[in-house]
Amino acid sequence: MTDLLSIQRLTKAYPGVVANDDVSFDIAPGEIHALLGENGAGKSTLVKMIYGLVKPDSGKMELFGKPYAPARPSAARTAGVAMVFQHFSLFEALNVAENVGLGMETPPPMRELAREIREVSHAYGLPLDPRRLVGDLSAGERQRVEIIRCLLQDPKLLIMDEPTSVLTPQEVEILFATLNKLKAEGTSILYISHKLEEIRALCDRATILRRGKVVGACNPRESSAAELAEMMVGEALHTPDRAPGERGEVVLQVAGLTSQHVEAFGTRLQNIGFEVHAGEVLGIGGVAGNGQDELLSALSGETLGPRETVRLRGKPVGNLGPNARRALGMLAAPEERLGHAAAPDMSLTENAVLSGWQREDLTRNGFVLWGKSRGFAETIIQSFDVRTPGPGVAARALSGGNLQKFVIGREILQRPDVLVVNQPTWGVDAAAAAAIRQALLDLAAGGAAVIVISQDLEELMKVADRFAALNAGHLSAPRPTQGLTMEQIGLMLGGAHDMDVAHTDEAHHIKESYEEGRQ
Amino acid sequence: MIRLEKRPTPSRFWTWSTPVLAVLLTMIAGGLMFAALGKNPFIAIKTIFYDPILGEFAFYYRGQLLVKAGPLILIAVGLAMGFRAGIWNIGAEGQYIIGAICGAAVGLAFYPAESWIIFPLMIVAGALGGLLWAMIPAILKVRFKTNEILVSLLLVYVAEQLLAAMALGPLRNPEASGFPGSRNLQQYPSAANTEIIPGTGMHWGVAAALIAVVFAYVLLSRHLTGFHIRLAGQSPRAARFGGVNPTALVVFCMGVSGALAGMAGMFEVSGPAGQISIDFNSGYGFTAIIVAFLGRLHPIGILMAGLLMALTYIGGEAAQATMQIPAAAIQAFQGMLLFFLLGLDVLSNYRFRLPREGVA
Repeated sequence: MTDLLSIQRLTKAYPGVVANDDVSFDIAPGEIHALLGENGAGKSTLVKMIYGLVKPDSGKMELFGKPYAPARPSAARTAGVAMVFQHFSLFEALNVAENVGLGMETPPPMRELAREIREVSHAYGLPLDPRRLVGDLSAGERQRVEIIRCLLQDPKLLIMDEPTSVLTPQEVEILFATLNKLKAEGTSILYISHKLEEIRALCDRATILRRGKVVGACNPRESSAAELAEMMVGEALHTPDRAPGERGEVVLQVAGLTSQHVEAFGTRLQNIGFEVHAGEVLGIGGVAGNGQDELLSALSGETLGPRETVRLRGKPVGNLGPNARRALGMLAAPEERLGHAAAPDMSLTENAVLSGWQREDLTRNGFVLWGKSRGFAETIIQSFDVRTPGPGVAARALSGGNLQKFVIGREILQRPDVLVVNQPTWGVDAAAAAAIRQALLDLAAGGAAVIVISQDLEELMKVADRFAALNAGHLSAPRPTQGLTMEQIGLMLGGAHDMDVAHTDEAHHIKESYEEGRQ
Repeated sequence: MIRLEKRPTPSRFWTWSTPVLAVLLTMIAGGLMFAALGKNPFIAIKTIFYDPILGEFAFYYRGQLLVKAGPLILIAVGLAMGFRAGIWNIGAEGQYIIGAICGAAVGLAFYPAESWIIFPLMIVAGALGGLLWAMIPAILKVRFKTNEILVSLLLVYVAEQLLAAMALGPLRNPEASGFPGSRNLQQYPSAANTEIIPGTGMHWGVAAALIAVVFAYVLLSRHLTGFHIRLAGQSPRAARFGGVNPTALVVFCMGVSGALAGMAGMFEVSGPAGQISIDFNSGYGFTAIIVAFLGRLHPIGILMAGLLMALTYIGGEAAQATMQIPAAAIQAFQGMLLFFLLGLDVLSNYRFRLPREGVA
């Protein structure tokens, strides 16, 4: 049987880095093929070459045994290759059908398109109302729009880039059922992820990339997660150590926190309340867009509220700005590294001054002590193993993981009493993620109260002492992580999304019928 | 096709060498244009760039150079501060007019008393006038979120009407038998902005411009306020995270640029212009915007850009006078200079890539 897609010796170099080095592998018809690798391993570059976004320096590809060299994505789509990106390209102010129509070369009349969307989406267990505004959809539903957009082209190969990073466990299950159905119909799927359990559950074969090279291929169902991880990282992974910490006094109290002003498509925080003790890590889970950014800026002081809503060691700070809160020991690290936690075009030294000038004493009479600031930046670089030529480099020149280590390190080295981090390991490779988690645990062990907001549930289970879910601006009551099952967490996260609960059954149904069909 | 590729960090080499390259390209392109007009390109270029500084009549031109460059630099330095922070004060011309009116009014109020205190008071009045005029768009922006570009620009026309009213009304010279325009402050020693070193054009406004350059340089590169200005301009969200107060920043930047523009107006009215007249303002406030960007919003760059701009004006006038080159050609020449300077800017942030052959 000829392979659907055969990739032969693809190489692509960027200035300073070889993103793909002599990469070869095949995708058979009707298989779910995993492309596994850390961030920066070259997965994205590889699929961009397959999808015609990037031209390889050398090597070739064959689709159905014929030479395949898409010059642009539309050529790839014509050849039967479709892709769902990690970051959605949707217009929030348009409805579902309009968004789907915009992505097509020759869209049919709107009414027909809407009917098609309804049919296809139901057929694959991803129900969508074509008339709904994308701005009102959850991240999971937005992903459905992207998937439906691809399915309408009847692709032979569907590329999915980290599709589950924004989904609740229930939504993941629905997605997997859909992918299995597609597979049963003969569509191949190239599934990109660094989540090992998912790949073991879903994929038939896996190709593992490390630093741009293929380092192995295996049947993920027959390999253990540890084996896969070792191939991916090239070394045994360090799991965070947790000293059985003692809970100290209550450091941070939040009560009745409600957003007063919400931006378009933002989420209003609704009467949020919780307490964090010294030496404790509170994990706040939730699917993106449920109020994470709003919660972080309410805690960092970027948005102000009534005095009493936030108390630090009993002192009301709700009406104080970021600098006043920093002075009292309450620090934060936002999710968006470039443009929020750090200024892209400024050097690391300048970015160290950005949030560190007060507590690190980097000014005298209002003048910045650049020598001392440089020293602080160098300390961060050294203590957190930030790989960069030096503190004079612009923040945007750093890879995501390295910049994240810098940003987290900058806050931790300021010895906070309370540290709030949002998505501390988003888009960070496994080794860096482990280092960051360890640093957060060490900080808590040293007596600080740490709040980790994250969509990565495995991460929260690893670091958090207590867990609370953020859903549509509501925060559930925190529960101890120990003994919490994934199922319970999933319900805490997705509780208010009626569709999720309803269609899990449907997903099961699809899955079962498909399995029956196979037997 | 050649592709542009963004550099990870801006190239230092190109940041400093593009201005030189731009001047050279302007000389070549401008020379071709002058040749096409039937003028000797080499003499034309020499007349524009060389004669005003080192030529036979340079003693006259050199003074003009500083007189023209002084207000441009003084205004541009203030504007650059706001532009760096993403605050767009387009109405420096209006602040310049109001500064001139206030400064002149204070001086004229003392006429004919003589005292050393009068001139410093006029400087303060000029700065305050410009500052208050700039506070109108600033406060409207922070209170009602109006657009400072529009408000500050429209206030220029209001200021022009005020200027005409002043020249015809309260500030009119009572001894001028009905002619519009104020007394000539140059003939009133206590209020005259004289040359510090006679014959050089170096009047007090030029000194103020140089001081402003130094202060702005220190503020932007060493002071936390300057850091916050740069931060707010590059990355507003990071600035909010860094605890920058946007309201204070708007007020500060508008205030500084307004005060400097007002001072420039006051130095002009008490010096080179001499009097408040209906058409006192000559567009320095707008040209300064170009100077600010030409100098890459950097104080030292603005110093250079202001001098270069003044040079092309003076050299251009000289070329018109001595070689009968049409004024339109001179303007085109100045346009070329701006075009090359700003166009070549792309080199410091991007590099050119030749395409590689596609691989099948």
